[in-house]
Amino acid sequence: MSVLAPAMPRRTPLDSFAGTWHLTRFMLRRDRVRLTVWTVSLLALYAYFVTALSTVYPTAEDRQGRADLMQQPASVFLGGPNYGLDDYTIGAMFANEMTLWMIALLGVMNMFEVVRNTRAEEESGRAELVRSGAVGRHAAVAASLLTVVIVNVVFAVLGSALLVSAGDLAVEDTFALSTAIAVSGLVFAAVALVTSQLTTHGRGATGLALAVLGVSVLVRGIGDLQAGPGEHGTWLSWLSPIAWTQQMRAYVDLRWWPLALSVVTVLVLLALGAFLASKRDFDGALLAGGSGRAQASGMLSSPLGMAWRQQRTALFWWFLGTFVMFGATGTYLGEGVEDMVKDLAAANPEAAKMFGDDPLTGFLAVMILYAALAASGYAIATTLRAKSEETEGRLEITLAKPVSRSRWFAAHLVVVAVGALVLTMISGALALWVGALVNGEVEVETFLKGGAAFLPAVAVFMALTAALYAWIPKITPVIWALFAFTCITGMFGPLFDLPDAVSGISPIWWVGRYPQEPIEASHMIGLSAVALVLLVAAFLGFRRRDIPA
Amino acid sequence: MSDNTPAVEIAGLHKSFGSFKALNGLDLTVRPGQVAGFLGPNGAGKSTTIKILLGLLRADAGTARLFGGDVWRDAVQLHKRISYVPGDVSLWPNLTGGECIDYLTRLKPGGTARRRARKAELLERFQLDPTKKARTYSKGNRQKVALVAAFLDESDLYIFDEPTSGLDPLMEAVFTEYAREAKAEGSSVLLSSHILSEVEKVCDTVTIIRAGVAVESGTLDELRHLTRSSVVATIGGDPSALSGLQAVNDLETSQNGAGTRVAFDVDNHAVGEVMKTLTDLDVHGLTVTPPSLEELFMRHYGDVIETEDAR
Repeated sequence: MSVLAPAMPRRTPLDSFAGTWHLTRFMLRRDRVRLTVWTVSLLALYAYFVTALSTVYPTAEDRQGRADLMQQPASVFLGGPNYGLDDYTIGAMFANEMTLWMIALLGVMNMFEVVRNTRAEEESGRAELVRSGAVGRHAAVAASLLTVVIVNVVFAVLGSALLVSAGDLAVEDTFALSTAIAVSGLVFAAVALVTSQLTTHGRGATGLALAVLGVSVLVRGIGDLQAGPGEHGTWLSWLSPIAWTQQMRAYVDLRWWPLALSVVTVLVLLALGAFLASKRDFDGALLAGGSGRAQASGMLSSPLGMAWRQQRTALFWWFLGTFVMFGATGTYLGEGVEDMVKDLAAANPEAAKMFGDDPLTGFLAVMILYAALAASGYAIATTLRAKSEETEGRLEITLAKPVSRSRWFAAHLVVVAVGALVLTMISGALALWVGALVNGEVEVETFLKGGAAFLPAVAVFMALTAALYAWIPKITPVIWALFAFTCITGMFGPLFDLPDAVSGISPIWWVGRYPQEPIEASHMIGLSAVALVLLVAAFLGFRRRDIPA
Repeated sequence: MSDNTPAVEIAGLHKSFGSFKALNGLDLTVRPGQVAGFLGPNGAGKSTTIKILLGLLRADAGTARLFGGDVWRDAVQLHKRISYVPGDVSLWPNLTGGECIDYLTRLKPGGTARRRARKAELLERFQLDPTKKARTYSKGNRQKVALVAAFLDESDLYIFDEPTSGLDPLMEAVFTEYAREAKAEGSSVLLSSHILSEVEKVCDTVTIIRAGVAVESGTLDELRHLTRSSVVATIGGDPSALSGLQAVNDLETSQNGAGTRVAFDVDNHAVGEVMKTLTDLDVHGLTVTPPSLEELFMRHYGDVIETEDAR
């Protein structure tokens, strides 16, 4: 037997990427459901928007009405730089109004995916096991990037195919726009790779990356708002990656060169990420980890205080987001806009169907419905946080103290309910009213009454989620199916002509369309009774089952 | 509370999860002031038992009482008198360790001034930085948070589920010290563990559990009597006299200089008889080692380990 150790194989520069392909396949496998759901949803949105536009605005005249509407500040902020308004084709409409949303959604997907597979893995300690194998230092980062590149390419290709076939849009412009949206999405993936080097926690990295996305949206919006008549964006707009895709003028007067800005930014961010990564240790961070108070404040003395502490950050962001959104939408409501909406409805029977006889109150009804849906989504998501409290073992140590199950559960639900109430009434109804004030004096009462009408339905969502969690925590995802059904039938119900028995599955359907239609007292009582029964059932179930279930 | 009410009283406890029987008629008693060890490997049913005692899981059959009260119905009242440390502590990631400790202790009524001094002392002894966010803590540090919160108040019963699995030996010693202190103050302790030395250090009684049933239970001394001591001696005489004795097992002899080295196991009840024989054989040196808990444990689990090995 030889006494010599086997010779060390020669090092190659590619060593630090060893195992990249292997990890990529693993990530695609692990996240196959999550990635498929995201991609299919985005594609559905893509296809839905383009077909809906063709249905609602079949003639050039109809579209011109929409073009006038797009000059409103809120439209500019939530839309784009308004290329092609003088000949507002379906393509121009799509590029102007959808680009921002597609980039934002794709960006969020990419950020979550990247952080989930890099920083969060490192934080959990799983990456340590992987790295101890024959896996290079940069393999996880490269693989996570490769994963989102693959998904974004799939999105761009299928999205282009959908737009060309379903929307009958120009091939080159479609391809350019979809590619640019995908590359912009990659810009935010690269941002997340950089923020992952800065903090030790997945949540912190995601938060920072989301902040960058938020600032990008804001900067683009403010920049475009400052543009004078006939101008499309200002120098400020160009600071935002979102503008680069919008400024390609797809379907109007296509230019390719702004895409180069996105590509270069991706490369620069990757280089920056690699540089930062080389400056830190495994599981280390460049920003110091958070330290805080050694002593808890007086608030943290009861389950109620704890529930507030755990939910307040989420509530704050939901509040801010919905307030800005509904405040901006509210500016459509008022004397001046009324004629415009009326013209639109008069010219188009489909739009008239969605807005009803009086377009303005119809619009208000739809907006309050959106606010209620946002509040319901919040109520469901926040109620379900009880589940992670239980599965991660924190509920166990709380209940080992002299705290009854009902007390803990009630504390959690009270804070959820207060949050949902605030979101419906203040950042929903009241924000719409504040926005409407821009156009002159408006009655606040209609807005508050409209918001209040939805409260029992929001309560049904919360109580049903609580009951499902209390009895069979495993099947709680079902609630999201009901929520999706409610959103779709709530927004587009009038277009489907569904039988009442089917529409009635949605708690929102029972509320009706105030102020277009009067509020039915019997429906309000019925919804409240259902919520109450479900809530009682939730407490009964939670008191008798095993924890953890 | 009358002095004779057991702190923990479990009889004929059954609990199934689907088709898996976690507990299969378990009996366990902890008398007031006693430190009881609860031994068994992973999956034997220790944590299930403790979760039933805490009113988290509902037993299928049998009784479980703390201080005579029903663990399910009277949970809130009973929890005023107990402290609990789980094996795998999970904390609120956005709170600091200090905040977690304060929140957990404030859920129980008690004086703040005394607690503040006690908290400072415990943090010092367990060497825990309370200003760090809980998400940055290692397993050991999260365990320290739970231990500090548990020892902050004087409880009538402490329930520990593998409390030192993430601690280093120094911290383990600190834990042992506080557990002894609790005992000295008259509290009862139920210590679940698979670390035998830990149980041997602090426990008065031991219950060994296997597949959801208690297979052995008693004081450490009682349990030791069930087994053998090992004897090693150097003798001048002829060792064949020993091999004739029934109480002597596994006799090994070897030449050791001028004398003979003998090593054997002896049934504990017959130690005296064997010693008489031994002294006649011109003893030069002698060590008698009492059976360790490990040997006890191996008697009940040896076959499991062997079959595992055989796979």
